[in-house]
Amino acid sequence: MSSNRITVKNMTDKEYFLGHKACAGCGGSLAVRLALKVFGDRTFAALPAGCMSAVGFIYPQMAFLNNAIISTFPGTGSMLSGMRAGLDALGVKDAHVVGFAGDGGTADIGLQALSGAIDRREKIIYICYDNEAYMNTGVQKSGLTPYGARTTTSPAGNNLPGSVMQKKNLFEIVAAHDIAYAATASVGYPQDYLNKLSKAAAVEGTSYIHIYATCPTGWGTPTETSVSLAKEAVDSGLWYLAEYEDGAFTLNRKPKEFFPVKEHLLKQGRFKHLKDSDIKVIEEARDKKWKRMLEKWN
Amino acid sequence: MIDTRKNESVFVSGDEAVALGVRLSRPQVISAYPITPQTIVVERLSEMVEDGSLDAKYIHVESEHSAMSAAMGASSVGARAFTATSSQGLLYMAEGLHYASGGRMPIVMMNANRSLALPWSIFGDHRDSMSMLDSGWIQVYVEDAQEALDMTIQAYRIAEDPSVLTPFMINLDGFILTHTYELVEVPRQKEVDSYLPPFSTPNKMSLETPKSMGFSTSPADNMEFKYQQHKAMMDSMEVIKKADKEFSEMFGRSYHGLVDCYQCDDAEYILVTAGSVTGTARVAVDTMRIKGIKAGVLKLRFMRPFPEQEIRNILSGAVSYGVLDKDISFGYEGTMFTNVNSALSGSKNFPRGMNFVGGLGGRDISVQDIEEMFIALQKCPDNAYGDYIKSRVSFVNMGVNINE
Repeated sequence: MSSNRITVKNMTDKEYFLGHKACAGCGGSLAVRLALKVFGDRTFAALPAGCMSAVGFIYPQMAFLNNAIISTFPGTGSMLSGMRAGLDALGVKDAHVVGFAGDGGTADIGLQALSGAIDRREKIIYICYDNEAYMNTGVQKSGLTPYGARTTTSPAGNNLPGSVMQKKNLFEIVAAHDIAYAATASVGYPQDYLNKLSKAAAVEGTSYIHIYATCPTGWGTPTETSVSLAKEAVDSGLWYLAEYEDGAFTLNRKPKEFFPVKEHLLKQGRFKHLKDSDIKVIEEARDKKWKRMLEKWN
Repeated sequence: MIDTRKNESVFVSGDEAVALGVRLSRPQVISAYPITPQTIVVERLSEMVEDGSLDAKYIHVESEHSAMSAAMGASSVGARAFTATSSQGLLYMAEGLHYASGGRMPIVMMNANRSLALPWSIFGDHRDSMSMLDSGWIQVYVEDAQEALDMTIQAYRIAEDPSVLTPFMINLDGFILTHTYELVEVPRQKEVDSYLPPFSTPNKMSLETPKSMGFSTSPADNMEFKYQQHKAMMDSMEVIKKADKEFSEMFGRSYHGLVDCYQCDDAEYILVTAGSVTGTARVAVDTMRIKGIKAGVLKLRFMRPFPEQEIRNILSGAVSYGVLDKDISFGYEGTMFTNVNSALSGSKNFPRGMNFVGGLGGRDISVQDIEEMFIALQKCPDNAYGDYIKSRVSFVNMGVNINE
């Protein structure tokens, strides 16, 4: 893998997703951009309602150079299945069929179709860019919004600390289908993401990458910190880099010491209100998860 | 197994007739989800794929929403797609219906007409498809299994016409058609192949000419797309007539385009029907004619595009007309009645009309019920006066009094 692996240095200069109207510092658009540089011209993409479809397909200004279509909000997985079946029936070989869906489109409204698609074992790649809320509609809580995050439907006040639910464990839900390949990634660790994209492109069967994607607009963070914050999220243990292959989980990065959670969270407007007791809840949940991952995963 | 190299008559249900029509149409992708009374269609298709007599990708989807979504995925890369549904399933995929028509994807779908919950009912009426009338799909209502098979083949021909590119819904009355066995003539594959060429469209994603599809528009552009969609549906009327004519030349069966008539030429009292009840109405017309009453039936085959001109021509010569709706738009009247009245509103002679709502939730409509409709039409009051507005909508064969 090392000899022909795609790196920031040797990747193509060609852009497949450009001229779109995403916010400055958008982590989701970075996830899409890098993925298409790995997948290349022979890519058919489907994107449900969400930020990337909203910013990439405004007639007559189309932002994708490869084939791309907006799917229904709940129907990314099934539209990908239909595209793959159609291409197979027409004899189109060596083409990638790829979905890019946000956290709401994946963990909430699109979960049924995603589960069906994985169950069918088709050769499709599904990428969830997780910016931890319904950003396109103006920052509402999703199933992947973390504890304590202020959104426009989980306000922080005297009675509630923002979202009172922990993030849905989607990576392991996907893995429980015994999917051919699944991984988590972060826009803060681009080489790790590129490696995983290459693996997903090569695997026979369905693959899933869940990439943590910063959203300056929704998180209340400076645009220039999008990459460093996404890196810090991993370093603080609030996100993790892992893979699921051949029935086994592997942790790709095991920080010896976590970056301080409080320092990381308080850089973000959505967490500014958190009390020390809330941060304790977050740290405890993190430690519980890491204890389990370190014990059971490679 | 049916030998499609020669004309063969087989004894099959309406669902099976659709499956045979689908196989002859050579779809490349089938997305399948079960729902009574449609299920036999996807069962038979799976058997055909298994035994190799149908070369199609068969996708087991996890919902009707995904059935439509997968069909759209297939259509978006230029593959011929088929799916089938009914009732709650049709409503569950409602988003996809508008999506497919807006995306100009010529998907063909069979719908087994079934009532809508609540209360739950697996039996037939037209409330499912009528509630989807504005979804931009061509809608045909067939009368028997033969018409179901023939229209499946014609559906692809019409939907895929470059001037149409609009999805097509074939409606079969639940159980009455879907589960009733009839003798059906199965056309030869070779002739169907010459009637229905392979699907070809510029409106697709491909490696040669990459495209963005399913895009969004601003208020500055949206109406133009909707206008084109409407125009394509209007233009489909001529395509439908041509498809029927050529089908008749090749296979010897004509359904007379958008509407079919029985004894309408000199009829004073005409009942408008859709679907399987038309057969019952034909019998009732015969008995009325014996009694010297000039009755006729207008079989409304297509609800969209709506055959305004044909309806106007045929009904404006009548003294009065009735519309038999297996549907009720609560708070007003049956949807077919509203549409027929609208078609007539521009004609010089606007005959008196009555709306008979019947068959809801699968209740039987007998020959006698229809005879009573013709008798009521003879007594139909003048449009402009008295209790006409109150009395023009009546429920057929009710078990309770209206004021009970």
